[in-house]
Amino acid sequence: MIELLDIVILGMMVVAALAVLWLRDLFAVAMLSGAYSLMGATLYVLLDAVDVAFTEAAVGAGIATVLMLGTLTLVPRQEKPGKKPSLAGLFTVAATGSLLIWATLDMPEYGDPDAPIHHHVAPRYMKDSAAEVGPPNVVTSVLASYRGYDTLGETTVIFTAAIGVMALLARGRRRKP
Amino acid sequence: MDHTTLMFAAAAFALLVAMVMALVRALMGPTVYDRILAVNAFGTKTLLMIAVVGFLTERPEFLDIALVYALINFIGTVAVTKFVRYRSLGFPVGDNAEGEL
Repeated sequence: MIELLDIVILGMMVVAALAVLWLRDLFAVAMLSGAYSLMGATLYVLLDAVDVAFTEAAVGAGIATVLMLGTLTLVPRQEKPGKKPSLAGLFTVAATGSLLIWATLDMPEYGDPDAPIHHHVAPRYMKDSAAEVGPPNVVTSVLASYRGYDTLGETTVIFTAAIGVMALLARGRRRKP
Repeated sequence: MDHTTLMFAAAAFALLVAMVMALVRALMGPTVYDRILAVNAFGTKTLLMIAVVGFLTERPEFLDIALVYALINFIGTVAVTKFVRYRSLGFPVGDNAEGEL
């Protein structure tokens, strides 16, 4: 049953992604990319990556859609008919995609308990994090303490990006009362 | 497969069909309101799907995530409808000088 869900949702994601490329109506594109993020978040839930799904839903479906709508207030509704897509670009994308798919063949089976990721530092996190950090949720301990500097860096990046977007969107939009 | 599992599986399948139909409507349009409604319905189906999957895999804690999705979906729809109505997101629309989202 879960496999069927995975396949249908992945199929819908492909359809939505192709439609985003195809459609010229930018409002429809913004809407579809929101739906695409929701599908991605569902897929993460199905893969048991609940925290990633949370982030995807909040950032991808929520904030990104609102930011895209904010951008749409500054640009025309219709995309201009652009240049013909070049063959070299298609070739590069196809080659990169096949390389990535080829690389996944080396990955351990999904859910394999012998996978390297479960044997490096994970056992220690599982065993000692309650005593070393405190929270009963191991993911929280890893994000907030073991990888605290990493999380601080991520927060800085997101904060900077938000300031940049706000500065760009606020430019020249002063309305006379 | 006992009856409860079968029931949740049937519900998940029905939700899948509904999601496909909502996606088709979001693709075809033709009006803006079709798309808004389709994406809103799609979000609702997504959160129902997460709830059903939670019960299907015997992890009903997923219900919390479904609630958060409902909130995000609501905020998104408010932003979209405001955009369609006023062509603006953050600037005052009436006498309210503070602006509103």
